[in-house]
Amino acid sequence: MLTSYDPLKGKRLQILAESGRIVNRKHLPEWTDEALVEAYRLMLRARVADEKALLFQRQKRIHTLPVNKGQEAAAVGSALALEPADWMVQSYRELGAVLQKGGTIRNHLLYFKGSEWGSVHPGLPRLLPLSVPIGSQITHAAGIGHAIRYQGGSEVVICYFGDGGTSQGDFHEGLNWAAVFKCPVIFFCMNNQYAISLNRRHQTASATLAQKAVAYGMPGIQVDGNDLLAVHAATRAAAEHVRSGQGPVLIEAYTYRMGPHTTADDPSLYRPKEEEEEWAPRDPLLRLRLHLESRGLWDSAREDESRAAATAETDAAMREVDELHETPLDEIFAHQYSDRPAELRRQQAAYEAYLQWKEAR
Amino acid sequence: MPAMNLVQAIQSALDFKLGDDERVLVFGEDVGLEGGVFRVTQGLQEKYGERRVFDTPLAESVIVGAGLGMAVAGLRPVLEIQFCGFIYPAMNQLVTHVSRMRNRSRGAFTVPLVIRLPYGGGIQALELHSESMEAMLAHIPGLKVVIPSTPYDAKGLLISAIESEDPVLFMEPKKVYRAFRQEVPAEAYRIPLGKASVVQSGTRLTLVAYGAMMRVARQAVELAAQEGLSVELIDLRSIYPLDTETLLESVKKTGRLAVLHEGPTSFGVAAEIIARVNEEALYWLEAPPRRITGFDTVMPLPMGEQHYMPTPERVLYELIQLHNQAE
Ligand SMILES: Cc1ncc(C[n+]2csc(CCOP(=O)(O)OP(=O)(O)O)c2C)c(N)n1
Repeated sequence: MLTSYDPLKGKRLQILAESGRIVNRKHLPEWTDEALVEAYRLMLRARVADEKALLFQRQKRIHTLPVNKGQEAAAVGSALALEPADWMVQSYRELGAVLQKGGTIRNHLLYFKGSEWGSVHPGLPRLLPLSVPIGSQITHAAGIGHAIRYQGGSEVVICYFGDGGTSQGDFHEGLNWAAVFKCPVIFFCMNNQYAISLNRRHQTASATLAQKAVAYGMPGIQVDGNDLLAVHAATRAAAEHVRSGQGPVLIEAYTYRMGPHTTADDPSLYRPKEEEEEWAPRDPLLRLRLHLESRGLWDSAREDESRAAATAETDAAMREVDELHETPLDEIFAHQYSDRPAELRRQQAAYEAYLQWKEAR
Repeated sequence: MPAMNLVQAIQSALDFKLGDDERVLVFGEDVGLEGGVFRVTQGLQEKYGERRVFDTPLAESVIVGAGLGMAVAGLRPVLEIQFCGFIYPAMNQLVTHVSRMRNRSRGAFTVPLVIRLPYGGGIQALELHSESMEAMLAHIPGLKVVIPSTPYDAKGLLISAIESEDPVLFMEPKKVYRAFRQEVPAEAYRIPLGKASVVQSGTRLTLVAYGAMMRVARQAVELAAQEGLSVELIDLRSIYPLDTETLLESVKKTGRLAVLHEGPTSFGVAAEIIARVNEEALYWLEAPPRRITGFDTVMPLPMGEQHYMPTPERVLYELIQLHNQAE
């Protein structure tokens, strides 16, 4: 499949059309009905958590955070193609993938309330903390892939980044390295058409992002990123390819950021309402729901029940996080080095003396 | 005279230079269509067109490297790096080319470019959106580093920076962006780079600060006055070149020195200032100088940043300690 969707010819893999109809049986992933329903539930869970997080930010219970809406199929469909032992290297807009891996909504919220503890998810040593400097994590994925090869492992790495990330030097360096050393990495580009205000057309003169793979000597494929089945099929094929030692793959998920860049962003400054309206019917949840309903696998009662469960989970997570307030002073110093250098001990002691003085005043 | 906040004052300087000098180009991530994530460049693309004010691909190394190319080819780029914490991909360009070009070419090639760099904490921002890395930048020979604390200074300093023949890092305290307004002349004026300003004279202690910490310093000076301490407050304005003369003059008068900044303690701006004072005014000092700074740790996320960011109370405490030290 990876070779039959030549990105240089402008091909894009789609399996599930906006109408909810299967339009490509050849590449249809072998999924049980239950698995498909589970995937939808996960997308819905990510959607609800994301919507609620935006609300919590407006209520000032957490700070600025990125918005995921519209990218759930790309996140969930790709993550579901991997094994628990595989590595995940995040950007910051793949909540669905993080949840699939076993990450928690609680820690997602905790991170954006401003605690370092939120950047790690319990029991998941192969989920790197999210990465803020755009594109920088691409090189890490290459290195993890390198280590896996060196250690003779059979795991693979999935690395997420945005369309903007492809402009950074780190993108070039990471993909080149991974291809040279045949590292088992799936480079997963979330092309949501925007890097804050910059439209994808102005980010690169390449017709597609997937075609950049060609120059690095690896397969590249563009998929309809709002189509869970296409994303999943392509990522599965990519996982097989990289696991078999043939080197990395680049996947471009063609999707749309339906919300603002972050809670601090105002899309009306840089994109027309009509464009948002044009994308609304391509909502990844909508088409999968139509599909499931047409097959009698879903109905509004189940929708309501799943939504309610996700809402309750997110509310409970937020309440738990509401209870946490200040980072204790000692933590700021405790984790900087493996030992605590004298400088840090002195700085901490001096600050504690000030706190005592303040207390006594 | 119009009242402007820091954002408006910077914009007014950019507007003036764009109108005044065709060689001036303004660019960076999101600065064109949207007017920048802090809206500092809002309206400039509309006014001057996409050739003069434009969005770039998301890549700091080429933003600075291409800036160098434009500068040696006769333009005057004024570029924005979105946050101080994202200058790092461009460090290679800054250290290996921008800062060295004049010297290594013996003046045949020069790099008159300005990098606008929002910096600083206390705004409960995301990771890497609160850094204050001026010491790292000032450590690179060949770069000038300027940090205004008020709208008035910002406009005058930015015009001077754009007219400077050397590369200038113009660091903007984002906590001050919309914090207050001040009367700022509508017309152009210049404040020389490398000149500190004594914003309040005092007799017992010298407090040196800059950027967003100037507001903290002013409040601390007021608190100190209530305690009967007369503090001389100096706004550095330029980190490099550093106005040693003004610092020495003040310390020779007060005999006591404290330096305040957000960035980490070790090898920081305070360390440099204290070294200079020790070299040239050691015998005027009546007590060991003090550093009031961030810690040698990464900037904590919002739930911890209140510990890291110096507050007026903490500065007051340090001033009292400094004052109480035996002569
Ligand atoms: C090195 C770096 N430069 C600038 C930024 C500021 N910034 C945050 S997100 C963003 C746009 C990223 O766009 P893209 O890679 O397409 O990902 P998306 O946010 O759309 O998911 C920018 C410029 C950053 N985080 N890191």
